[in-house]
Amino acid sequence: MTPPVLAVSGLRTHFFTRDGVVKAVDGVSLSLARGETLGLVGESGCGKSITALSILRLVPSPPGRIVEGSVRFDGTELLDLEPAAMRAIRGNRISMIFQEPMTSLNPVMTVGRQIAETVALHQQLPRRAAMDRAIEMLALVKIPDTRRRAAEYPHQLSGGMRQRVMIAIAMACTPTILIADEPTTALDVTIQAQILDLMLEMKERTGAAVMLITHDLGVIAETAQRVVVMYAGRKVEEASTRDLFARPRHPYTRGLMTSIPRLNRDADESARATRLTEIPGMVPALINLAPGCTYAPRCAYATGQCRIAFPPEVEAAPGHLVACWNAESLPEMERA
Amino acid sequence: MYVFLIRRVLAAIPVVVVVTIFVFALLHLAPGDPAAIIAGDLATAEDVAKIRAKLGLDQPLMIQFFTWAGQLLRGDLGNSIFSAHPVSQLIGQRLEPTLTLTVMTLFISILLAVPLGVIAAWRVGSWIDRGVMGFAVFGFSVPGFVIGYVLIWVFAIELDWLPVQGYTPLAKGFWPWLSNIILPSVTLALAYMALIARITRAAMLETLSQDYIRTAHAKGLATPHVLLRHALHNAAVPIVTVIGIGVALLIGGVVVTESVFAIPGLGRLTVDAILRRDYPVIQGIILVFSGAYVLVNLIVDMLYTVLDPRIRY
Repeated sequence: MTPPVLAVSGLRTHFFTRDGVVKAVDGVSLSLARGETLGLVGESGCGKSITALSILRLVPSPPGRIVEGSVRFDGTELLDLEPAAMRAIRGNRISMIFQEPMTSLNPVMTVGRQIAETVALHQQLPRRAAMDRAIEMLALVKIPDTRRRAAEYPHQLSGGMRQRVMIAIAMACTPTILIADEPTTALDVTIQAQILDLMLEMKERTGAAVMLITHDLGVIAETAQRVVVMYAGRKVEEASTRDLFARPRHPYTRGLMTSIPRLNRDADESARATRLTEIPGMVPALINLAPGCTYAPRCAYATGQCRIAFPPEVEAAPGHLVACWNAESLPEMERA
Repeated sequence: MYVFLIRRVLAAIPVVVVVTIFVFALLHLAPGDPAAIIAGDLATAEDVAKIRAKLGLDQPLMIQFFTWAGQLLRGDLGNSIFSAHPVSQLIGQRLEPTLTLTVMTLFISILLAVPLGVIAAWRVGSWIDRGVMGFAVFGFSVPGFVIGYVLIWVFAIELDWLPVQGYTPLAKGFWPWLSNIILPSVTLALAYMALIARITRAAMLETLSQDYIRTAHAKGLATPHVLLRHALHNAAVPIVTVIGIGVALLIGGVVVTESVFAIPGLGRLTVDAILRRDYPVIQGIILVFSGAYVLVNLIVDMLYTVLDPRIRY
């Protein structure tokens, strides 16, 4: 097996606030193989985005700080890099797409220049050539009338178009890794599929590995080969997409799955449709956490041991990691 | 755009008219009689009345106003009651020192305050930030004439680097001109810098927390580039607004500073004219000031469209 292109291990990113230390990411390890699509799943506030920002070393500091861990990219330890060397990687070899296309583009700069800026920076191209490349990228992300669009400002484009521009910026230097942080969450449902397809197409074209952050298991099922499930700053389960959906081993993953609404084919059945199962309670505030499993307060299967210590990561099946004391003794999951 | 420009210029006319009427009314209703001042202490009531009649001050206010306004429409600002020189000539003579002082003050303040504000916002909470904010409070609270006298004492009297006061026209050489204008400009600039630095910092803090700044960092851009090309450009609209307002404040500040440094500018002309109730001169100056203010506002509005493509008229 070839070594992974990205290996995060034991990553801890904490925020030092007036009220105490918020452990946004607390000991996360994951890896990404060349050309692979990895799904990173979890509720809002579980530390997915901070994990991604930590990889690029873009955690707002202060108050945030990566206190421990290692991020190896293609054999280089990113956490030890000089700022200039880190900048040469950002937007070039590892690039990122953000959730909010409405606010993630600079409102006072033409979209053409926003793409060209990255190209000019990393490929040392003169302005003209960088702009030509930007226009080429706009065509690749299927924006019509590229020359005119390149001269427009973000407010003249729709949300879907803006996200296409973000993809164009991210892919302009053919990165080795693309991190997409909820790239479709803020978009209309009809546009979401288009943007996902576009991302996958760009990935195929360039052979980039993709880290797709989402809370939408449906998106994961369609796109990712492997999945990492996060809860409250920790990884609770990791498996191939097939294994995860076939046999989720962590109660939290099960909870996520049963809370997805399903369209029933049988009209009769939908008439007496059962309520969606929800996970009771809320994601805990990541401040002054009690010892034990962070999910225990919401978990239907929690036992005494769960409240004493956080469970270690166990390989329950080949390539299927789970951090739960009771993973082996959980009952079979009911399928809708 | 041109339609907007024309509309704005036309809209400025009623503003100037209202200012004119207001100033005229205020001056003439205020106590004080130029005829009595000209006649002197020993004059009899008849002498004063004669002078008043000669100046047309015995006419009803409405008639006086329309006479003046009529002249104005023909481009004539009238003559000074005291020196009999045309007002336009008096203003013209005094324009250079005031213009020099205003432009120099703006130049110094923008050049120093904007970078200070940017750095303070970038390093928010640091000693640089605290220093800039402390300086801003200081600049606001100490009156211009105090700063002026302190600067004179240090740089002109103790160190003897610069002249104490006065003004040398640019035509008589660059250094004599500059050396005379440095202290008054710095004096005026101090309060003004405080204002601009504070606004720049606040606007930059706001922009630096935006998502597109994170995008800029994620592109691998270096910090100076992110700060200037991305953040400052987005923060520019409030900064330009405050600079524009500041120009109006400067007009008031110029009067005091010109007195402290004995600069023969419009400020001094204004003070002298007011003390002597030289109505045509006061009216003329205020007309020039309000015209300048309307112009500055127009320039600021134009700059908005250049700085922010979302603003269109």
